[in-house]
Amino acid sequence: MMRLKRLCRDFQVGDEVVNALDHVDLEVQPGEYISIMGPSGSGKSTLLNILGLLDRPTSGTYRLDGSDISNLDDNTLTEQRQKHIGFIFQSFHLIPRLSALENVELPLLLAGAPVTARRERAREVLDSVGLASRLHHRPDQLSGGERQRVAIGRAIIMKPGVLLADEPTGNLDSHSSGEVIEIIEELNRGGISLLVVTHDPDIGGRAQRHLLLRDGRISKDESN
Amino acid sequence: MLLLAVSIGVAAVVLLTAIGEGSRRYVTGEFAALGTHLLIVFPGKSETAGAGVVSGETARDLTLDDAMAIERSPRIAQVAPVVIGSGNASWRAREREITVLGTTTEMLEVQHWSMQLGRFLPEIDMDVATPVCVMGNVVRDEFFGSTNPIGQWLRIGVSRCRVIGVLAQAGITGLFNTDELVILPVASAQQLFNTPGVFRILAEAINQESITAARHEIIETIKARHQGEEDITVVTQDAVLSTFESIFDMITIGLAGIAAISLLVAGVLIMNVMLVAVSQRTKEIGLLRALGAKRQQIISLFLTEAVFLSFFGAVLGLGIGEIGSTLMSVTFPILDFTAPTWAMIAAVVIAVTSGLLFAILPARRAARLDPVLALAGR
Repeated sequence: MMRLKRLCRDFQVGDEVVNALDHVDLEVQPGEYISIMGPSGSGKSTLLNILGLLDRPTSGTYRLDGSDISNLDDNTLTEQRQKHIGFIFQSFHLIPRLSALENVELPLLLAGAPVTARRERAREVLDSVGLASRLHHRPDQLSGGERQRVAIGRAIIMKPGVLLADEPTGNLDSHSSGEVIEIIEELNRGGISLLVVTHDPDIGGRAQRHLLLRDGRISKDESN
Repeated sequence: MLLLAVSIGVAAVVLLTAIGEGSRRYVTGEFAALGTHLLIVFPGKSETAGAGVVSGETARDLTLDDAMAIERSPRIAQVAPVVIGSGNASWRAREREITVLGTTTEMLEVQHWSMQLGRFLPEIDMDVATPVCVMGNVVRDEFFGSTNPIGQWLRIGVSRCRVIGVLAQAGITGLFNTDELVILPVASAQQLFNTPGVFRILAEAINQESITAARHEIIETIKARHQGEEDITVVTQDAVLSTFESIFDMITIGLAGIAAISLLVAGVLIMNVMLVAVSQRTKEIGLLRALGAKRQQIISLFLTEAVFLSFFGAVLGLGIGEIGSTLMSVTFPILDFTAPTWAMIAAVVIAVTSGLLFAILPARRAARLDPVLALAGR
C-alpha cells in the first residue's frame, strides 16, 4: 500500500531548479497492475525511484504500508527497500562476473542469509522463471530475454509486495518481451503489486490502471 | 596493477634489508676472523670505547715494562707491543717511504699472519734490539723483485737491518696495511724513532670468556704501575665489533625506512586505483544499494578487497624478494644475503595496513554514492 501526498522532487540543474515531480497525489492498492506512461522528462522514472525508496522527495509525504518514509534513516530505508520492493530495469543491471544463480541470490547475500538456504531459494526462483538449466551461466552467455528473467528472479527472491519495472522490454525483441511480460503479469496475478513504466502503448494498455505523466504531474489516471 | 605496486614495495623491503644484513654479516664476520680475544691498550683515557683515542698528549707513555707486566697476567695468553712510524728505506739504488712496525714475535700469531719466505722476528726479550727485519709483500716486490731478499741489508733512516723474512700477502688486516710494512724488533724501532714509549699494546686473552676479566686485570696492573692513575684505555675487539654492529643496524633501519616509504607510495597508488575502481563500478555499487546493501556493507566490501589485494601483493613481493636475494647471493657468494625475519614481517604488516588505510577514502566515497545516479552511471 503506497500513498503519495503532494509529493515534489526538485533537481538542481546548473542554475535552474527542475520540478521533476510537481505535487503528485497517488494511491496504490496491494495487487494493482499499473502502467506509467508519458513523454521523455515527464518524471516517470523519478516517480518509480521515489516509490521504490531509491530516492527521497523534496517535499510532501510518502507512506508505505502506513509508515512515513521521510523520517527513516538511510539504513532503515535500505532495509525497507530490500524487504518490500523488487526492481527490474531496462538494461538488466546484472553483475557480469557472477553466474545467474549468484546474481539472483545477491539480495539474500546482502541480507546475511546462510549459504545453503539462499542457494536453495535462488534455485527455486530461477526454476519458476524457466531458467533451471541456466543456473551457472554468466550474463554474457545468456540471451536478452534470459537476462531479464534472471533480473526478475532477483527482484522477487525476497518476496516483496511490489515489483517496479522501468522499461522492462526496452532492450528485448518481441518474442522475449512477450515472455517477460507474461512472467511479471503472472506474478501480479499471484498478488504482487506491479508498476510498469513504458513507452510502448501496447504494453501500457495491458495494465488495469493507466497513469499518464506530463511535466511532473499526473495528467490522466484511468482504469480499465 | 595494484598487486604489482604492493609487491614491488614489499620486494624492495626484502631486498634492501637483505643487502643491509648481508653487508653486516660480512663485515662482522671478517672482524670475527681477526680473533676476538684481542684487547688493545692505548695510552690516555678515552670515554668512547671502540672509537679509539688518537693520542693522549698529556697521558703517560706506555712502556715495554708495562707490556711485560701485562704479559705476566694469568688471563693474558700473549702480548705484542706496537711502535709505529714511517721511515725512508733504501737498498742499493732504490728508495721508498715505508711504514715501520716495531713489535715482538707474538705479533705473527696475534695478527694471524703467515710467512711467504724465511721467518718472523726472533723470540727474544722485548727490550733487546737486534738489526733484523721482516718485510711485507709489496715492499719486497718493489725493492727486490724476483731476487731473494733473505740476508740482504736494508737501510732505514740511519739504521740498517738484515732481512730475515717476507710476509705472505695479506692486504689490510684490522690495524695494518700488511703488505707495506717493514717489521723490526720493538726495541730497534724505539731506537730508530728515538722514543721511550710504545704506541699500543696488543694483548690476547686466553679465551673468549676471560676477555672482560683480562681487561680488568690490565687496567689494574697499569694503574698500579702508574701511581694509581687509570690513564689508559683498553679496547676489546668486542667493543669495536659492537660499534660496527650498531652502525650496520642504523644502515639496515635506514634502508628499511626507504623501503617502507616505497610501501607508503604503494599505498597512495592503492588509493588511486581504488578510486578509479569506484568510478568504474559505479553502476554496480548503485545496484547493490538498490538491492539492499547498506552503506556499511559497501565500505566493508571495498576494505576487504583492499586487504586481500595488499596481502597477496605482499606475499608475491616476499617471493620476488626471496628470489632476488638468492640471485644476489649467487652473484656475490662471499656475502650472505638474507633479509632478517623482522623486516619481512614488518613489510607484510605495513603493506596490508597501508592498503587498508588508503582504501578507506575510496570505500567511503563508494558508499556515499546516490543509488539513482549510480545506477544511471554517474
